[in-house]
Amino acid sequence: MRVALFITCVNDTLYPRTGQAVVTLLERLGVEVGFPDAQSCCGQPQFNTGYRHQTEPLVRRYATAFRDYDYVVTPSGSCAAMVRDNYPRIGAKAAAEGRGQELADAAAEAVPKTYELTEFLTDVLEVTDVGAYYPHTVTYHPTCHGLRMLGLGDRPRSLLAAVRGLTLVELPGAEECCGFGGTFAVKNAAVSAAMGADKARNITATGAEAVCTVDNSCQMHIGGTLARQGSTVRPVHIAEILASTEGNVW
Amino acid sequence: MPSFPRAADASTRNTQLRANLRHATHTIRAKRATAVAELDDWSRLRAAGAAIKDRTLRHLDHYLERLESAVTAAGGHVHWAADAEEANRIVTELVQATGEREVVKVKSMATQEIGLNSALATAGITAYETDLAELIVQLGDDLPSHILVPAIHRNRGEIRDIFAERMAQWGRPAPEGLTDAPADLAEAARLHLREKFLNAKVGISGANFMVAETGTLVVVESEGNGRMCLTLPETLISVVGIEKVVPTFQDLEVFLQLLPRSSTAERMNPYTSTWTGTTDEDGPRAFHLVLLDNGRTDTLADTVGRQALRCIRCSACLNVCPVYERAGGHAYGSAYPGPIGAILTPQLRGTGSEVDASLPYASSLCGACYEVCPVAIDIPEVLVHLRERVVEGGPASVRGTRTVIKPAKGHAAERAAMRAARWTLDHPRVLRTGQRLASRTRRFHPRRLPGPGRAWSDTRELPRVPEESFRDWWQRTRGESRTEGRKTT
Ligand code: SF4
Repeated sequence: MRVALFITCVNDTLYPRTGQAVVTLLERLGVEVGFPDAQSCCGQPQFNTGYRHQTEPLVRRYATAFRDYDYVVTPSGSCAAMVRDNYPRIGAKAAAEGRGQELADAAAEAVPKTYELTEFLTDVLEVTDVGAYYPHTVTYHPTCHGLRMLGLGDRPRSLLAAVRGLTLVELPGAEECCGFGGTFAVKNAAVSAAMGADKARNITATGAEAVCTVDNSCQMHIGGTLARQGSTVRPVHIAEILASTEGNVW
Repeated sequence: MPSFPRAADASTRNTQLRANLRHATHTIRAKRATAVAELDDWSRLRAAGAAIKDRTLRHLDHYLERLESAVTAAGGHVHWAADAEEANRIVTELVQATGEREVVKVKSMATQEIGLNSALATAGITAYETDLAELIVQLGDDLPSHILVPAIHRNRGEIRDIFAERMAQWGRPAPEGLTDAPADLAEAARLHLREKFLNAKVGISGANFMVAETGTLVVVESEGNGRMCLTLPETLISVVGIEKVVPTFQDLEVFLQLLPRSSTAERMNPYTSTWTGTTDEDGPRAFHLVLLDNGRTDTLADTVGRQALRCIRCSACLNVCPVYERAGGHAYGSAYPGPIGAILTPQLRGTGSEVDASLPYASSLCGACYEVCPVAIDIPEVLVHLRERVVEGGPASVRGTRTVIKPAKGHAAERAAMRAARWTLDHPRVLRTGQRLASRTRRFHPRRLPGPGRAWSDTRELPRVPEESFRDWWQRTRGESRTEGRKTT
């Protein structure tokens, strides 16, 4: 089984600890992971802002970078959803615009092997207890793309439930968007801030020490809002909780 | 009309409005979920609804012609209106031909869309809204802000004040000492409206569905006021969008399950009125159907965007939308607010104006709207598709002609930034250099960003750039031996 990490541009640049946690976790579970250096961004910011044509080279790059692997694992529901939902659309539109079949083929190659981290753990490795230890009260915010585009369902929750020492508390209005939405946060700043503020208030009200997500981008927005509100709740990526062990609390 | 972000900026500060909207949308949202969960075949019903609409849209010309002959055979008259102006002219002339100067109206989105009331007012004809929420909007000199509950942004106290102050100017005044108890408000409206029903000679409606095979029109409602307007006047004029046709009477079976559960969370809506042409001794003596295009065939010509025409105006997407909840319906600058408005309006009106070009961005793409839509309109997909039209231009149908439209104004800087980002991201070595530069200068990074980024740092703390990117960490700890795919750079 040849497994590659797709670390995403946000993780790579701003949250390397999340990537390191994925490596630690997967290696602990006996998976040998590779990191093809030719990888880059999935293209979601451009695509979702309307620059589909700017996304095409990134689709091609993704397919090439991961060509030699059986699985691509990414600690981002949003980026996994971009590949799975939108790459085929980008390929089909390029073909319809008379630019050949090449991009559609690249997309077709990328889609079936791309997994979000919790999906990979539960569906491919078939584990829910990854031997983690995290002695904290945690609430879980299911990010929109993980929840609705990928259909992660209970996977992250069942992984968290198996973590020793962890107390999971329910988040009111959990399934409501945090208001990040990529460039939405800048283009519709007032509404995004209002959504973020409500989400942050709900999180603080749970009394949890940390709020867990499967996406660093939502975490950045939620964490930034919590910090501005003076809340002490820590945003944490699920990979960091799952990588945590008795000897090494992340 | 200001752009969506500017209008929403004002409404997010209105705490009363936000509280009203939050309360109303959350209540109906929870009820809808329960009503839908009762049916174990909901997903199949939903798929059937989408399939019927798609099939009808593919052969729209055929079904519309069938409808026209069926309506005509049943004693009705069919008029075709290419745009709002033509529709308004047809209706005005029809009313003028009756010699009446007053009409009663059944709540209708199509007549909101074309601005019929003000067109009639210009011709000296007064249109009385008879739906309770529309009445509140009309008396309050306001605009509707929701598809199903146009006065959703008002609370009971505000409604009491509007009734007490304004009813007298429009007819029967509100009773003395009116309170804000729902029963009192409903009774005041009932007395006020009853006079209108009994005097009106002309009624104007829309329709939820039109059945091609029989020429039957259908209105579903909760109050019964619509039925009064549909049966009491001598002349009935219905203005309906061409996408509302369904092939057969049996197709209603699907939609009369999907619609009430999605919109009011009822198993069945309290009043379903159907009418087919005219009948002697019962109901209106004259029936006119005005079939409205107003951008619909242009929408139909777009293979991605056309799914918006499946919409049955249930408003479930509004009630679940976190953006609608904060921004309010008025910010959308159109009769159609919320997620469906964000995809329908820029297709019906084009993306030429500032507000229309901003609407496809009025969403965080969270997907909640798609999840609840009873006819499975992939609203996020259409939003992104329309964003492309705004920033890159491209082929579109404008008033029936295929053209290539130019990108909307004001995106040049963004386009340049996107190109530059693309180039960097397609050259991982350059990306790495940029990351290293950011790490090295991390102590000097401002806590507040200039330019468009200011919107971010105004309300959120910026993340700190780490000392080392993942890429560099990998290389340092795992080395060249396990770094693969380098040559492709
Ligand atoms: S788009 Fe779907 S959910 Fe929204 S109003 Fe139309 S039918 Fe209802």
